[in-house]
Amino acid sequence: MQHWKARVEISLKPGHVDPEGETTCQSLRDLTYPVKSVAVSKIYTITLEAEAQADAESQIKEICQRLLANPTKDDFTYQVAEAK
Amino acid sequence: MNRDEIRVCILRVAGTNCDRETKTALQDVGMTAEVVHFKQLSTKENLMEYDMLVVPGGFSHGDYVRAGAIWGKKLMATMGKDIRRFMDEGRPILGICNGFQVLIEAGLLPQSQGVSRFPEAALASNSPSGYNCRWVYLRLETANTSIFTKRILKRTLRIPVAHAEGRFLFEGKKADRQLEELINNRQLVFRYCHEDGEYADGKYPINPNGSLYDIAGICSPCGTVFGLMPHPERAYFGWQSPNWTMETGKEPAPYGDGGLLFESAAEYLEKKF
Repeated sequence: MQHWKARVEISLKPGHVDPEGETTCQSLRDLTYPVKSVAVSKIYTITLEAEAQADAESQIKEICQRLLANPTKDDFTYQVAEAK
Repeated sequence: MNRDEIRVCILRVAGTNCDRETKTALQDVGMTAEVVHFKQLSTKENLMEYDMLVVPGGFSHGDYVRAGAIWGKKLMATMGKDIRRFMDEGRPILGICNGFQVLIEAGLLPQSQGVSRFPEAALASNSPSGYNCRWVYLRLETANTSIFTKRILKRTLRIPVAHAEGRFLFEGKKADRQLEELINNRQLVFRYCHEDGEYADGKYPINPNGSLYDIAGICSPCGTVFGLMPHPERAYFGWQSPNWTMETGKEPAPYGDGGLLFESAAEYLEKKF
């Protein structure tokens, strides 16, 4: 069984309220940076065991759908590579 | 079944709150209520020994990942069979605030096609953003589906909310169809409204979180699973109202509006079992 490392990014679908992004944006403007908008995403780095890359990818997809993202409001992307 | 024989399980994990207030309210209604830790129930005790399950408010598991997500998945992964049997036998499940988030994340609400593997809706960050703790008015849309509302004989209730993620949403493209289904199935129980019962129409602070269609509480098609963002246990006694001195002048009214939900459940259980 091989070890795989996945980088998962969970972001809000366009149009959803992002309080952390809004607050950070305002704070950056207060510091006089010409910031237009800030969107906050969550990154999970997951190490897992799987026979092959395709198997690891399918497990990561299911992990996103079952727990890490809510399909009503979240988008997710992931990259899987062999763990060194 | 006599009322004092009704056993209610108030489930808790790290981060749960208002479990004691809920217990006090349920006991005052005449039922026997116990606060049980999730670990205790999933290992030593049996859910089927209880007649009703309450998932209370709070910040279960620190609201990590997403409010209610971790507990919701854990609940179904470790006790899914028991939960399904519990529901099939008509035993009620109530989710209050974080408990509502848990039921949504567990796929136990709205159950448009039965229990879902992935959440069918979301309780997203409030709009306008931020934690909102205030008393709101709820308009009862349908008293006959949920077993928690059958004793409510008035149009509006006054109960407080306290949350940062209570914005009920369906998914963009499917939202209209899902909402229509919810209404047609008579699963839409409470909507945020003005004191006179006029809908909030999305306007803050009457609608405190920007919920789609002013949705504050929904139930399963059969009415035994019910979730709402407001806290009925914080509006149980009359003295919990922040302005009872202005309302009555001398003494607080004995009870607030929240007790009607617990009373309704007690009557249902007395008759059913």
